[in-house]
Amino acid sequence: MSLRRLGPVAALARHAVLLASGALMLIPFVWMVSLSLKPPGEIFRAGFSLLPEQWYAVENYSRALTASPLPRYMLNGVLVCGAILSLQIAICAPAAYALAKLRFFGREGLFTLVLIGLLIPHEVLALPLFILAYKLGLLDTYAALIMPFAVSPFGIFLFRQFFKSIPDDIVHAARLDGLSELAIVWRVMLPMAMPAVIAFSIFSIVSHWNDLFWPLIAVRSEQLMPPPLGIMAFKNEEAGSDYGPLMACATLVVAPLVVAFLAAQRWFVEGLGGGVK
Amino acid sequence: MRAVVDIPEATRPVRQRPDTEPIAACLLAAPAFALILLLFILPTLAVFVIATTDWQFGARSLSFVGLRNFAELLADSTFRISFANTCLYVLVVVPATTAIGLAVALLIESGQSLRAFYRAVHFLPFMATLAAMAVAWEALLHPTIGLANQTLTALGLPTANWLRDERTVLPVLGLIGIWQNLGFAMVLFLAGLKSIPSELYDASEIDGADGTFDRLRIVTLPMLGPVTMFVVIVVALRAFQTFDTVKILTQGGPAKASEMLLYTLYVESFEFLRTGYGAAVTVVFLAIVVGLTLLQARVMDKRVHYQ
Repeated sequence: MSLRRLGPVAALARHAVLLASGALMLIPFVWMVSLSLKPPGEIFRAGFSLLPEQWYAVENYSRALTASPLPRYMLNGVLVCGAILSLQIAICAPAAYALAKLRFFGREGLFTLVLIGLLIPHEVLALPLFILAYKLGLLDTYAALIMPFAVSPFGIFLFRQFFKSIPDDIVHAARLDGLSELAIVWRVMLPMAMPAVIAFSIFSIVSHWNDLFWPLIAVRSEQLMPPPLGIMAFKNEEAGSDYGPLMACATLVVAPLVVAFLAAQRWFVEGLGGGVK
Repeated sequence: MRAVVDIPEATRPVRQRPDTEPIAACLLAAPAFALILLLFILPTLAVFVIATTDWQFGARSLSFVGLRNFAELLADSTFRISFANTCLYVLVVVPATTAIGLAVALLIESGQSLRAFYRAVHFLPFMATLAAMAVAWEALLHPTIGLANQTLTALGLPTANWLRDERTVLPVLGLIGIWQNLGFAMVLFLAGLKSIPSELYDASEIDGADGTFDRLRIVTLPMLGPVTMFVVIVVALRAFQTFDTVKILTQGGPAKASEMLLYTLYVESFEFLRTGYGAAVTVVFLAIVVGLTLLQARVMDKRVHYQ
């Protein structure tokens, strides 16, 4: 507790201000869901009512799911996020273990590269990676969506930090039990570093589910679009006139992360806002 | 952008199998090493090289032009407008996000009840898909049926076509930027508040500072100094990287009033396919980001020394 207990008036004022600012934060979400429940007639008739007079949710949501390849977009999002996260963990964890617990020539150099990688934003890499993907014939494939993120300097850094805090004796004991170095990474280090793994997974999934910049460059075919790009395509096609289904579409894209966030709030805050103590 | 705090070398590397250990270590580290080189280091170097050429994507030939792309950049009115807009945007979004984030964090921490609820509500926009939320914002800001103009009309205030008016478009994008990043600043401040040792409050009380505002002025705010610096830089980094709202809501318009750096980079590189020129814009963007990140590293360094 950083500040002292508030008097009743101050406590009431605290709730009043926070409820008001919280309501302002939620307006875009509420408006989005509200429009997704209304028929066109009610949307275009000015009015403040949150709930529709005539429920149109079924029509809007089924149009969102059928008029655009939204299920396909969502599936693409799941596939791409899943592939990226698996690759990142498979590649970063062994490297982080080597950096944290083993001696080898070039360790300092590798760590320096990781730090430089941390410094470089992905937008800077977009142009050369676009050319690379073009030369390799990968443009407009799932591989193009996944490739730039196969390794995460942040993941290596985070895992290394966590692995360093695991006592050496545990590594010794695992070796005496005959585990190979790779088995130590998978069966000893990663299970012990679960908090770091979860935090990193949330960070990775949220970043890539929400990413618009790279998919916009990497793919053109509708069958390959992840949700943010898909919703942009849907909006342009409908020319912004068909608000109900468009808002239903937006709601469905935002929903998975929002639901996951509400279910595991602490982990999300740690994964996205953590890093600083 | 993430915080980078190195922990001290508490444990020495394990030396058990001196003969095989280096080989195993190299095998474990090799894939990551190769991919960082291929996907981070070499592309970054390539950007600098491409920026000195007149390459247009798809063209068969290209020639070395030295710094001509950068000279062109400085003379290009679109780039100058874009740079000025981005700076203005950052100068509005960063202080507002930091100040409101701090205020919300202090309010949440000052009481016991509903803490998790308030934190969740304010943090929600930060992790919601911005591309989808931009579509929702467009509906809110719709000139006739949007909630914004309906409310203003009901209050008898003047309305605007927010996203199509040169005077309002950048402030509106700024507002969305603040809305999105506020919760992030709040979370960082909440972590900062938790790390203030309670003995400091006891000590200030003994010294006669027992009012809420005294404690805030004497203990809380000074102790939050380094965190505040950190929040300012991290939010500035995110503000410089604004793209989704520009792409979806305005395409830089009207009359380039919402043209911003990353959008210019995107259009030059991937729509006009002016690869050499786009690389020059990328170099400018990289310089800004690296400058801010190094500043952040220095701030974090100082923080460690304070403690």
